[in-house]
Amino acid sequence: MIPSTPNVGLFVTCLVDLFRPSVGFAAVELLEAAGCRVTVPAAQTCCGQPAYNMGDRADTREIARQTVKAFQGFDYVVVPSGSCAAMIKEHYPALFTGEPEMQSQAEVLAEKTHELISFLADVLKVEGVDAQYRGTVTYHDSCSGLRELGVKQQPRRLLASVEGLELVELQEAEVCCGFGGTFCVKYPEVSNKIVETKAEHIEGSQADLLLAGDLGCLMNMAGKLKRRGAKVEARHVAEVLAGKLDAPAIGEGKGS
Amino acid sequence: MDSTAHAFKDNAHKALGDDQLQEALGNLRHGFTQRRAQARDQLPEFDALRDAARDIKNHTLAHLDLYLERYESKVSEQGGKVHWCATAEDARRTILDICRSVDAKLVTKGKSMVAEEIGLNDYLEANGVTPAETDLGEYIIQLRNEPPSHIIAPAVHLTKAQVEADFRKNHSELPPERSLVEPEALVQEARTMLRQKYLDADVGITGANFLIAETGSSIIVTNEGNGDLTQCLPKVHIVIASLEKVVPTLEDVSIILRVLARSGTGQEFTAYTTFSTGPKREGDLDGPDEYHVVLLDNGRSAMLGSEYQDVLRCIRCGACMNHCPVYHAVGGHAYGWVYPGPIGAVLTPSLIGVEEAGHLPNASTFCGRCEAVCPMRIPLPKMMRHWREKEFERNLTPTAARSGLKLWAFFAKRPALYAMLNRFNARLLRALGGRKGSLRSLPLASGWTDHRDFPAPQGKSFQELWAKRQNGSGATPRTPGA
Repeated sequence: MIPSTPNVGLFVTCLVDLFRPSVGFAAVELLEAAGCRVTVPAAQTCCGQPAYNMGDRADTREIARQTVKAFQGFDYVVVPSGSCAAMIKEHYPALFTGEPEMQSQAEVLAEKTHELISFLADVLKVEGVDAQYRGTVTYHDSCSGLRELGVKQQPRRLLASVEGLELVELQEAEVCCGFGGTFCVKYPEVSNKIVETKAEHIEGSQADLLLAGDLGCLMNMAGKLKRRGAKVEARHVAEVLAGKLDAPAIGEGKGS
Repeated sequence: MDSTAHAFKDNAHKALGDDQLQEALGNLRHGFTQRRAQARDQLPEFDALRDAARDIKNHTLAHLDLYLERYESKVSEQGGKVHWCATAEDARRTILDICRSVDAKLVTKGKSMVAEEIGLNDYLEANGVTPAETDLGEYIIQLRNEPPSHIIAPAVHLTKAQVEADFRKNHSELPPERSLVEPEALVQEARTMLRQKYLDADVGITGANFLIAETGSSIIVTNEGNGDLTQCLPKVHIVIASLEKVVPTLEDVSIILRVLARSGTGQEFTAYTTFSTGPKREGDLDGPDEYHVVLLDNGRSAMLGSEYQDVLRCIRCGACMNHCPVYHAVGGHAYGWVYPGPIGAVLTPSLIGVEEAGHLPNASTFCGRCEAVCPMRIPLPKMMRHWREKEFERNLTPTAARSGLKLWAFFAKRPALYAMLNRFNARLLRALGGRKGSLRSLPLASGWTDHRDFPAPQGKSFQELWAKRQNGSGATPRTPGA
């Protein structure tokens, strides 16, 4: 049963907080337009993945504990990232093995946490958005959202409702972009090879805008496209769905 | 086989600069993935079979001692012999002793990753027994004196032109004007070269895809039929298999076989699925006089009951590496030991130690595609993370990375400080990015900026802007950076 005005806690994600607040505000707008009341707890930082994926379980647990506490009492917790949403949804509960009370709180949080676009499409049953974009876009399926949370058709369905937007499918859209969190700096040459292939496919799509649901992947791909001198720009899918395109695209300056 | 897993970064660097390898890898990434997807789509019960296959192996591993003993007694009943080998050294010596007992000079071999694991060829050669690989891919890499780069396609790192050049160099007795343009011509030539060896061999050694407890049979799956000739023609047949290859019954194996080839090559079934059960019986027209099974542990029993037990479900189909972006980028040799790709990233540290192979579980983006295609539903990323946790606990994680992480975690555990830091960093990086909106270089982040621009932040943190909105009129503020 969905409350008439769902009380949503927004987990902003560390990358959106630091690099691209416009994605956070796009998420707020989409949620408010869908009838949600949005709160942003101040006691949030990062979901803990950098520590988790480097094998630092103790710090991961403390960061997760903080997140679990900060997001109590909401009907839903929504995250503009498949990767961070999957961390909370799929990985938090097992961090608290041996701490039954924390574990059950983490399970409650996991249950009500959703990636933004799939929350709009699957939970709130949003069928279309009031936005327009004149141009051709392509879409990269970020790994965690796709494989851990089943985010695939939802962004495409909502993008289809954007007036003027044409979506061309990206070759190997489901293949990793090579970001992998700390992987891209631990193994820069391997990461570079992977994102190079990705950039070739993006350029080959002839789209003028690349979209995805995860800022980490987007920064990786946008940074590579820019280094290659490619014309295609990159944005978070929420920015297009919310019609918030006044900020320059990722890695683009005012002068461009 | 000596490991270079510790030098993964150097290996990867070389691989990335090797144009022929990159050409060969380009061919691999499309073929295998498309054929597997087609095979899956044509079989509605594919995912249900994966569940069943996983359950069969889980059951077997939970009762491994029982099934191994049952298997041994069945092999003995049929006149074969099982040799329990705790280590690679035990297995090598056992095989050499069997070869010497029949005064063997030439040994033909079917494809076996376990034989690679124990470094069998070098050992036999050093002891006066000549091993002849009969699988086409293995034959090619034996000519080149290279290890396999893939568990089902050992020579996948080579282009056809390289193979042609190797054949011309090594088969100098054949007419130089012959055409080797078509792949079939290469296959034919290898067959011609091998034919006499099958007949001359004193011992045939094969691996095993499965061992069946209820019958004492071993199974190999091949596409060339070379395994059949290897195990039927010589007087002695040695099966070398690691102990997790056992399954309880023929019914069980027939379920797992339905997912094996589909996952690996995308075939419904391989061209040959060969069962061998004991030596030649009275009245049999052919078959070996002696049938030996060298059953290798080499660290596997220590994985039982550990967080790595699930990896013992592996049936060596190769799907994980066929779908791995890291494998596609650097190929199999970069992993530095017998088993490359995601399965190697989990298995290699278990078998040769995480001190030597610590890079491998780290050299993954955790994209999860390996787990998504694994027919045995092995949670490979989760187990790679377990290895990272072990490395972190034991201070094997590089110091710089460790201190950086600890500093970051200090802030990440203190939201108020973290918010201040983000406000500061957003401004600093914004200022560095200037009007361009991105940075071409950044101190301490050369790993990123050597290869790509670094997108600069919009200038203020979300939390800062959100607080303003909450304290102000309630309207969404002007989008930052606009």
